[in-house]
Parts: sequence; structure tokens; C-alpha cells
Amino acid sequence: MAIKKTTTPMREQDPAIRVRNFNEVATGYTEEDALEEAKRCLNCKTKPCIKGCPVNIDIPAFIMEIKEGNFQKAIDILHDKNCLPLVTGRVCPQEEQCQMFCSLSKIGDTVSIGRLERFAADWEMNNKAEQTTEFHFPKLGKKVAIIGSGPAGLSCAGDLIRFGYDVTIFEAFHKSGGVLVYGIPEFRLPKDIVETEVNNLRRMGVEVVNDVLIGSGKKIQDLFDHGYKAIFIGTGAGLPQFMGIPGENLSGVYSANEYLTRVNLMKSYLFPRFDTPILPAKNVAVIGGGNVALDSARTALRLGADHVYMIYRRGREEMPARVEEVHHAEQEGVDFNFLTNPIAYFGNEKGYVHEIECQKMELCEPDASGRRRPVACAGSNFKLKIDQVIVSVGTTPNPIIAKTTPGLETQKKGEIVVNDVGMTSIPGVFAGGDIVTGAATVITAMGAGRLSAQAMHDYLSKE
Amino acid sequence: MDKNKSYNKILDVRELAKSIKMMVVDAPEVAAYAKAGQFVILISDEEGERIPLTIGDFDAKKGTITLVFQEVGKSTIELGTKKAGDSIAHLNGPLGHASDIKNYGTVVVIGGGVGIAPIFPITRALHEAGNHMISIIGSKSKEFLFWSEKMKPLSHEFYITTDDGTLGIKGFVTTPFVEFLKDKKIDRVVAIGPIPMMKSVTKVTKENNIPCIVSLNSLMVCGMGMCGACRCKVDNQSRFTCFQGPEFDGNTVDFVELSSRLSMYNQEEKLALDSYKEKK
Repeated sequence: MAIKKTTTPMREQDPAIRVRNFNEVATGYTEEDALEEAKRCLNCKTKPCIKGCPVNIDIPAFIMEIKEGNFQKAIDILHDKNCLPLVTGRVCPQEEQCQMFCSLSKIGDTVSIGRLERFAADWEMNNKAEQTTEFHFPKLGKKVAIIGSGPAGLSCAGDLIRFGYDVTIFEAFHKSGGVLVYGIPEFRLPKDIVETEVNNLRRMGVEVVNDVLIGSGKKIQDLFDHGYKAIFIGTGAGLPQFMGIPGENLSGVYSANEYLTRVNLMKSYLFPRFDTPILPAKNVAVIGGGNVALDSARTALRLGADHVYMIYRRGREEMPARVEEVHHAEQEGVDFNFLTNPIAYFGNEKGYVHEIECQKMELCEPDASGRRRPVACAGSNFKLKIDQVIVSVGTTPNPIIAKTTPGLETQKKGEIVVNDVGMTSIPGVFAGGDIVTGAATVITAMGAGRLSAQAMHDYLSKE
Repeated sequence: MDKNKSYNKILDVRELAKSIKMMVVDAPEVAAYAKAGQFVILISDEEGERIPLTIGDFDAKKGTITLVFQEVGKSTIELGTKKAGDSIAHLNGPLGHASDIKNYGTVVVIGGGVGIAPIFPITRALHEAGNHMISIIGSKSKEFLFWSEKMKPLSHEFYITTDDGTLGIKGFVTTPFVEFLKDKKIDRVVAIGPIPMMKSVTKVTKENNIPCIVSLNSLMVCGMGMCGACRCKVDNQSRFTCFQGPEFDGNTVDFVELSSRLSMYNQEEKLALDSYKEKK
């Protein structure tokens, strides 16, 4: 039987409609879609896709189960390596990971592994009214603490509870999920899905304590004093960077983190039913070219902006954002301005931003990051009338724990230094995810969380 | 569901002064670690916003903290309707840097309006550290003044000022301050209150080369350094009030920018208050 060269498309909300609502853009595969796509998998003996997966999911195995209609078995295989399939099926950059190695790329589209993963996870969520699975994990009688309930912390917790530890996650926010709840917008990752995943972990026995900022008040040493035998730090890269240009503190200039936190976590799109406001805006400039910048731009459209300028100092080729998200943003009408960099913001008499000055850039030889370095073109300055700016030029590790933990080694930008299995300079303290690598992806953080869980288990087994 | 949900129970609510409420909250985890100068972020109900409040008092043995707030907008008015026995949905703290406490010599502490509350634990700590304490607390009028009975025993010299002269010295907190500056050597000033007050205090301290610490009440969302809503300009550098403050060198704070950023949501705040009143 000939293999279909093109992938099965996933249904999406029409751009003209979705741009004014916060519902999920991509509505997922139907059973028919999933069966059709699963048939395309060659089930290669060498399983090249697995080497692209940071958590080593047995990808061909779960796809074969979908092909046979054994959806429960498919999701069981996913759960074996991945405690957040609802999430990763939606937000993993599969095209740079598993799918990049798919054999089908030689003849056409790769298998849409991510869409199939999402299908299996959604199937479980929609078809199992009540989760009745009883968990029988060993009981080791040892307490471990996880700081931060983002992707790294959740996946670390998922493994540690299976090993038999008493696992407590400390989360500083009032809701759990870290970047999954404050950062990634509802239209890409519905928040009730994150809650479902966190509740799955709770049902497995993980204790989640919200509203505790470790490092301010209770410190790492206090956790040891309270009987925790090992600690995992997964506090992420949450510190927003600004460019240090004039006017950045004007009213109406937000960091992407603040903008997205207001909208996603605090639900300011439902203001005044929810109390946290966000300033209304008609012409919005989003600075940056990553996924967070795109999330901000598309959120601004949904909040009623007429015109959203994406302002990025490099070219389209250099954008770190996912191709699929760029495509979605273009469909929705985001105005991309490549090779453009802001140099100042100007405000009105009340201190609200109303103008941005930019200059055009050109690309020179590659810099340390391997990307071509942008250089300003003399005499290319121009101004745009805007009433809001969202600065999305990156984040660095949250500094609070590093500042209050004597002996914890960090790098220049605050990344916690770890050995090859994730142990920090303090015995028994592990770290993983963006707090170690700087801003990266959800699945990479999950991979680090799992690696540390195993290392913590090895460490505690030797004790 | 979460272990800490049984905490955050309000044990006592009192009206301290006109539109200023005091709440004693059962929060052993906060009280155990709280130090003078730190703050909490609370959400009164699930749909509420995150409200930063400096800690007015704390008692690690009893496991309680005391919060003092002025009912100015929807969120604080709603918080003020809570009664003893009710709970606060979420409470995170202590947050921010603690005050630098040591024996400086002679320290002037100045609390204006609701700023009297956070100045109290700082006064107590500086007093315990052996400083000669000169305290000034002030408000618009007698009916807005509170905690003179808590402040006086910690003060070697104690002044009350009211704008209208209904209590103590008629004038601003700077009135007695500039007076005794003439013949006293002051080693440090800590001033907490409305922006115009901190601005006028720092004008005097700048002129006289006296270190002056202020605690800023920037707008905040996260309180943990991940959003930047609270950024302010100190010594021409952008700083996050939540984790780099809330205390800063007042002599280098850009109060004009701070005040502009504080009024950013005036329209939205009015809308929220109107729609709240309509519902009531």
C-alpha cells in the first residue's frame, strides 16, 4: 500500500473568528483523522524519531496502537515516559525534535507525531469521565521537595512519586503549572488542561502547596531542616529582560511576562469580572521574535487591537518562534517588521506611551549564538504611532533562590550550575529546566526534570 | 485541597482610623519568617487581584501577622468587608528584602498615613538594635491617625503632625524634621508614606546629605521578580520593587515616574469600583 505523502491536516478555527476569541486555535484530530495519520507511520526498525524526543517516548509503539484503534494502550505508552501528554501534544516544537528524524521526510511530510500524541491524550481526557485508576507505588518513607510547578517540576514529581517518595511541590503562584498557566495563552493551551494534568499528579499522591516562595521566607536549608532528603529546583527563567532604552518605564509598556500573566493567570481578558486590569490598546508593538512574542501579539489581537506590529531585529529565517505559530500569527493579521529594532519610546503628558522610534537593521557575520548579527543602518530611523508596547526580548533565571542559598553555584546570568545528572554544588540539591539552561522549551525542561528524578533516586538509594 | 488552605483565617478586624482597617491573620508560615520591612501578596477571593501589603506586625509565637490597609479601590473595599472567621483565599509571604537593621546612631523614622503601619516593625527593630529613635507620624487629620500608642514606647523622641492641626503639630511630617535638623546629627532616616511625603522628606535629606530609606508601594502582579509590573527608577536604573526592594535609597528614587506608573490604571480602577458598587 502506498504511503500518503502529505500529512493529515488538523482542524482549526477560522482565523477571522478565532482572532476575537480565546478558544483553542487548533481543535485536534478526529478518530478518522488519527487513524489515517497513524497509517502513515512506517514503524521503522531503527525508530529514528525517538532520538529526537527529550523524554524518549516509544513513538512508533504508541502510533501503532492508535493505528489498531487501541487508544487506551496508546496513552498508556505515552504516560510511561511523559506525565503531561495533553500539554506536550500541544506545545512541543515537534518539527525540531521527533519529527525532524522521521523517515518520511525523504518522500514528503513527516508523520504528525505531536498531533497523534494530542489525540491520544485528549481521547483519555474526553472518554474517561472519572479517573478510577488506583496507584500502587512503593512507599519509601522519604520526603522530597520540588520547587516550582512548571514542566520541570511536574515531570520530576511524576517520576519521584512512582519511585515511592513523599513528594511536595512548592509553588509561589496561587495556581499550579508555572509557565503553562501564566505564560502560554488559553488559545494554545487551555488552562483546564493544565489543571487536569496537575490533578492527575495529585491523585497519584503528589502534594502541591501553593503561595510559598522558597528563598524568601522559607529557604533551601529550612526544607532540609524540615526533613526533606533531596530537593529539586525548577524555578524557571522568569526574570524579564528589558533593553534599557529611553521610555521603557512609560505606562503601557509591558514585559511579555507581565502582559501574559495578567491575561492568562489573572484573567484580565475577563475584567472587570476578574479584578486584574490590562490597558486597552489599538496599536500595539511587540518587540522580539520568539514564541513568547508571538503569544503576546496574538493575545493583543484577541483583546481588541486593530494593528499589531511585530518588531524583530533579525530576519524571518532567524526567528526562534515555531513555524506553525508564525503561520497562525500571519493568518490572524500580525504585521511582521523584520530587521527593525526599537531605540526609544515616547509618552504623552500623562506618561502613557504613544510613539515608538525604530531603526532598520542589516545582518552581518554570525555571532556567538550562530545567528547573523544585526547592525543598525545609519539614517534609517522612523516612528510609529502606537499605544502599547510588549517587550519580549527574553528572560533570565529567577534570582531569588540563588541569592538566598549560600554555596549554590551559578553562572553569569544566574543559571544554576549542575553536573551531568542535575546535581548542584550543594549535595542533595538538584536543578533542571530553564533555571539551568536559560529559556528553552517545555519538553526540554520535562526531560531535565526526569533526569534529576532518576539522579535523586540514585542519590537517596545510596544514603 | 492544598495544605495551606486551612491557614489565612482572619482572627480580628478593626477600623484603626477613618477608612483604614487592621486585620490579624492566622498565617504561621508567614509569621515564622517575617522580618521588618517585608510584605505579603494576598488575593481576597478567587477572582480577585494580587494585592501587595506591607506587614504591619507579626508574632511568630502566635503565628499571626497584622495587615493594615486603606480602603481606596474595589479590591481593598472588598477585603474590608471580610469579618473575623472569614479566610483570605491566598496569601504569600514574606516577600521582598528585610530592612537593614543595625546600630546607626540616631535614626529618624517617619510614617505618613497608612505608612505608619510598615514603619512600626522597622522602628521596633531599630530600637532593639540600640539606636536613638526619633519618630514622626503624621496624617491629614486626627481621624486618620493610628498606632501612636505602639510607636511612642519605642521612641526616645516622638512627634505627631496633622495637616489641619487637629492633633500634634500643625503641618507636615517635615515640619518638626527640618526644625530639629538644625541642632541634631541624624545618621539615617526611614520614611514610608504617600509619594508627596516621601518626596518632600528626601528633598530635605538630599540637601543635608543624610541617607534616607523609603519603602515603595509600586503596582505589582507577581511579587517574585517574574513580571516587572513594579519596576521603578532608582539611581537612574530600572529596579524591581518586589525582589530588589521594597526599600530603596530614597535620595535617588524617581518619584515622578513612580507616581505616573501608580496612576496607570486609574480609569480601570474606577470602572471596577463602579461595577462593584452597582452589584452591591
